[in-house]
Amino acid sequence: MSVKLNTRQVGNVSVIDVAGRITLGEGSAALRETLRDMVAKNQNKILLNLADVTYIDSSGIGELVSAYTTVTNTGGQLKLLNLNKRVKDLLQITKLYTVFEVKEDEADAIRSFS
Amino acid sequence: MREDTRHVPETVERLLDSTLDSVDQAEELTAATALRAGFDEDELMKIGMAIREAMVNAVVHGNQYNQNKRVRLSLSLTADRFTITIADEGSGFDFAQIPDPLAPENLLRTSGRGIFLMRSFMDAVDLRHLESGGTEVTLVKNVESK
Repeated sequence: MSVKLNTRQVGNVSVIDVAGRITLGEGSAALRETLRDMVAKNQNKILLNLADVTYIDSSGIGELVSAYTTVTNTGGQLKLLNLNKRVKDLLQITKLYTVFEVKEDEADAIRSFS
Repeated sequence: MREDTRHVPETVERLLDSTLDSVDQAEELTAATALRAGFDEDELMKIGMAIREAMVNAVVHGNQYNQNKRVRLSLSLTADRFTITIADEGSGFDFAQIPDPLAPENLLRTSGRGIFLMRSFMDAVDLRHLESGGTEVTLVKNVESK
């Protein structure tokens, strides 16, 4: 299964529910385009719900970093929600776990956006 | 009764096209062999991830999607180790120039984590320049370490 993205608006926060594999090719490209569209529309409070992500490769990690940098550079915020053990482990070994703001509860995450 | 095939030596060799489909093929072939070796789900994921990273490097950076170039995949399973070798037909690169992806100044780079992830997930990783100019990556997972 490749990646499947569902976007929804909760207050002033754009939530992207990501499911499947974020890998080089379609998976990374789909996420990149969705995020680029949001930033272009000034939707720069973004919560990436990764609960149903089964796999991320180094390209996928690169997309998350790129998204973080892009959104932050526009004065926005990008946060991660519901990391499963594999994704959490991956962010920890790459030392990115402390770069991203990671949330476990969606309502708390939504409230945390300034 | 299911036959225990964990200690049956096994060798697989494939010449793959320089496409992203080949990355998936290599992952599937490797997973099937690793499964027969008795690796658990967590180790299967790590092996699969290391293979994907090595294959992506070979297809994208080594062969640069050149349809005239191939990637050679070799799998060797013995009683004590699972060895995967991936060789491209590219121009090679300077191994000493691989930046440390954990250095603070590199943390926000969008690439450059592939070899680091291979080393994180496998028991041994060796990079070698081929006389033909390409790069060969050998990944080893010890069977007894699973």
